[in-house]
Amino acid sequence: MRNHNPVHPFVPRNLGEHPPSYAPGYKTSVLRSPRQALLSFSNSLTEATGPVFGHNLLGPNDHDLTVNYAAPGTSAIGERIIVHGYLRDGEGRPVPGALIEVWQANAGGRYRHVRDGYLAPLDPNFGGCGRVITDENGYYWYRTVRPGAYPWPNNPNDWRPAHIHFSVFGSGFAQRLISQLYFEGDPMIAMCPIVGTLPDPDAAALLTATLDMDNTIPFDARAYRYDITVRGRRSTPFENKLEGN
Amino acid sequence: MPTFRETPSQTAGPYVHIGCVPTFAGLTGLYPEDLGSGPLYMDGVKGETITIRGRIIDGTGTPILDGVVEAWQADAEGLYNSPAEPRGPADPKFKGWGRAATMEGGVFTFETIKPGRVPWPDGRMQAPHIALWIVARGINIGLNTRLYFADEAEANAADPVLNRIEQKVRRDTLIAPLKDGAYIFDIHLQGDAETVFLDI
Repeated sequence: MRNHNPVHPFVPRNLGEHPPSYAPGYKTSVLRSPRQALLSFSNSLTEATGPVFGHNLLGPNDHDLTVNYAAPGTSAIGERIIVHGYLRDGEGRPVPGALIEVWQANAGGRYRHVRDGYLAPLDPNFGGCGRVITDENGYYWYRTVRPGAYPWPNNPNDWRPAHIHFSVFGSGFAQRLISQLYFEGDPMIAMCPIVGTLPDPDAAALLTATLDMDNTIPFDARAYRYDITVRGRRSTPFENKLEGN
Repeated sequence: MPTFRETPSQTAGPYVHIGCVPTFAGLTGLYPEDLGSGPLYMDGVKGETITIRGRIIDGTGTPILDGVVEAWQADAEGLYNSPAEPRGPADPKFKGWGRAATMEGGVFTFETIKPGRVPWPDGRMQAPHIALWIVARGINIGLNTRLYFADEAEANAADPVLNRIEQKVRRDTLIAPLKDGAYIFDIHLQGDAETVFLDI
């Protein structure tokens, strides 16, 4: 079998730009981090391929968390915002057709999860989950309410900064990424042990959405700009011999 | 050097289910179904249907109850259901990807098929395997590993990835035995039985 459309493996991940697995300031990582070194190898087809989801996956309100769990004619309580930006790879190429899933607490910092017992109330019109697929330019946007800060049991008085969790699929399984979006100017960012797992101050800036008044919709919702980068593919394809030799 | 730095990872946190497995969070009615739930195949799939069952276990030997595992694998002929697959279309009845939360007792389950063999870039054939990606509270960057099958001893002995693992005892952490009709794959995050994790 000849390989007429060769697959390009991904540029190796620079693990020094990500949090280490063992980060004792985030206590749960202590028992959930490997002690052995990772086994490194260049991508095979297993890592260079990955699932891709069509636009027909999406319901009409999947990108609008203000209404996708709300009773008809109502919407979630909180500061209305739009989060938008581009998904690109390490070489700056747009990543079209990629699924981004998001989840978050409500305006008071309460998650709609059976295991969240924080005393702040649930919003009956807010679920906290949404998803989008990037367009042909790698662009995405969703509407939501700004989540509240949230207390958690780590040190005696730790609070998460306002954040939106997100999950990204690119075109290969090796690009799989989950991270968190923070908001420009939030004083809790610098105090957070989970943000503190990041290796350098620049890393937190890469996770911080910036207020974008130019794209704010007057009398409706403020906008935050948030670009996401996944690993790019190398320019050298696999050798053209997948069987035999 | 890449022009743009990869967005840094952060933990998926304890409430990852809201976004990834919403019914497990108690969040229903938003989507028709949890993405990646159910069998990785549809009726009429080619190949041998199998069950994978495992737990994610922390450094004290305790199963974790808030993990999510994703599986990615080839079809029975060794083809991936992906636009990036250059060798031709995979079985249209096989999705190739699935997602499972750890449920009661910390157990995750995949209903899938035994994958065919996939070539290594130099032309050697890899043993049948399933790529797994694990996220949870306390895991700062998703952990990659692979599941191999104990009843593929001959292929496993020649597998390029398994043979990169210097210590035989560590190689065995990636090989799932067949017990009571399921391949059992416990993932040990840390300690004496620590699973081999991959930098892919």
